[in-house]
Amino acid sequence: MTTPTLATQSAISDEIAEIAAGAVPGGQQPQLDYAPYRSSLLRHPTKDLQQVDPEGIELWAPCFGHQDVDPLEADLTIQHSGEPIGERITIAGRVVDGSSRPVAHQLVEIWQANAGGRYIHQRDQHPAPLDPNFTGAGRCLTDADGTYTFQTIKPGPYPWKNHRNAWRPAHVHFSLFGTDFTQRMITQMYFPGDPLFALDPIYQSITDQDDRDRLVATYDHDLTRPEWSTGYRWDIVLTGSHRTWMDDEDHT
Amino acid sequence: MSDRLRPTPGQTVGPFFHYALPFAGDSELVPPGRPDAIRLHGRVLDGQVAPLQDALVEIWQADPEGVVVQEPGSIHRDGWTFTGWGRAATDNTGRYSFTTLLPGATEPGAAPFFAVTVFARGLLNRLFTRAYVPGHPALVDDALLSSLDATRRQTLVAAADASGLEFDIHLQGDRETVFLTYPGH
Ligand SMILES: [Fe+3]
Repeated sequence: MTTPTLATQSAISDEIAEIAAGAVPGGQQPQLDYAPYRSSLLRHPTKDLQQVDPEGIELWAPCFGHQDVDPLEADLTIQHSGEPIGERITIAGRVVDGSSRPVAHQLVEIWQANAGGRYIHQRDQHPAPLDPNFTGAGRCLTDADGTYTFQTIKPGPYPWKNHRNAWRPAHVHFSLFGTDFTQRMITQMYFPGDPLFALDPIYQSITDQDDRDRLVATYDHDLTRPEWSTGYRWDIVLTGSHRTWMDDEDHT
Repeated sequence: MSDRLRPTPGQTVGPFFHYALPFAGDSELVPPGRPDAIRLHGRVLDGQVAPLQDALVEIWQADPEGVVVQEPGSIHRDGWTFTGWGRAATDNTGRYSFTTLLPGATEPGAAPFFAVTVFARGLLNRLFTRAYVPGHPALVDDALLSSLDATRRQTLVAAADASGLEFDIHLQGDRETVFLTYPGH
């Protein structure tokens, strides 16, 4: 076995720039075939996705209720006996579908690194300290208006060996359900002004700047709580619903 | 459609979801040992047919009568409520496995299938597919299956085995699974 030589950041940045220059505007979703993210090479479909009209089960989504999620699970800072290290933050926003309808009473799951950029995960070998008071996983249900709120700490950036000196911008992973199966998605929320954005193949796999911007939260002083936490607002738009909505169903 | 908002883009699930997304009973839509329980299992494979140890598969299905269940409790798993939704991370051999019920047709003449979502490190966005129940008379008239050539069609139909159904997911390669996109995506 030969150890593959890792590409340099400048080689990866050149690949990113080359793909960006040739990209068709309005791609919306990340390119699945995106070589600067090396792990994608053998893991992207090579054939076009098959366009199909959703049928039957695909027009509905699983539902979750209060027996599934304890309200305390939305606070990632109270899962242990002590306070986690780091900048305490509140993240809140609304989940809506492509027609601006709130996605009500639906499951939102998050996970993230600690303030030092370390995950509680066996395969995370980054030699940053674990925090005995921070696990970094939370859940909540959206309210009737589609709003979710989490209390957590700001995650740190971390190295990830995609190439030499590869660092991920700080992010929180988000898992979302809609009102239709076809709206299921997992994504990442980033923090404004991160200097690593331009260097990161995962973020740059979305080739349209407007679409990339949609993954960046906004600092919101109205969400900032006096003497407690800074606030970030991040609204999420799922793809359109295909179901025929009844009037009385519209705002439940 | 001009009233459509642009969707928030997806991103890879990454390698570190195992302490957050899996939960007790996630892949058991019904308790194992229930007389009508079946196993839906298979591997998630890359372009060199190597198993993915860091993939996550979710299924969403009708009950055996074809009813789309709208009951909460998928995370709580009380042992009695069939909610139709499940989640399974692949193991170190790339295999996922669900204990569930055979889905029925949601309408007369429709071919029953499991709706499937696939997430993985190295996969920049989720993939959707369908695992059709083999041997069902409605398979021949199914609009999606009919639109595909035989090799491609075969990737969407599960294989019956002793414990239930087997459904391998090939992200790439000669047997690449047909992945779906829906209007507005
Ligand atoms: Fe991460």
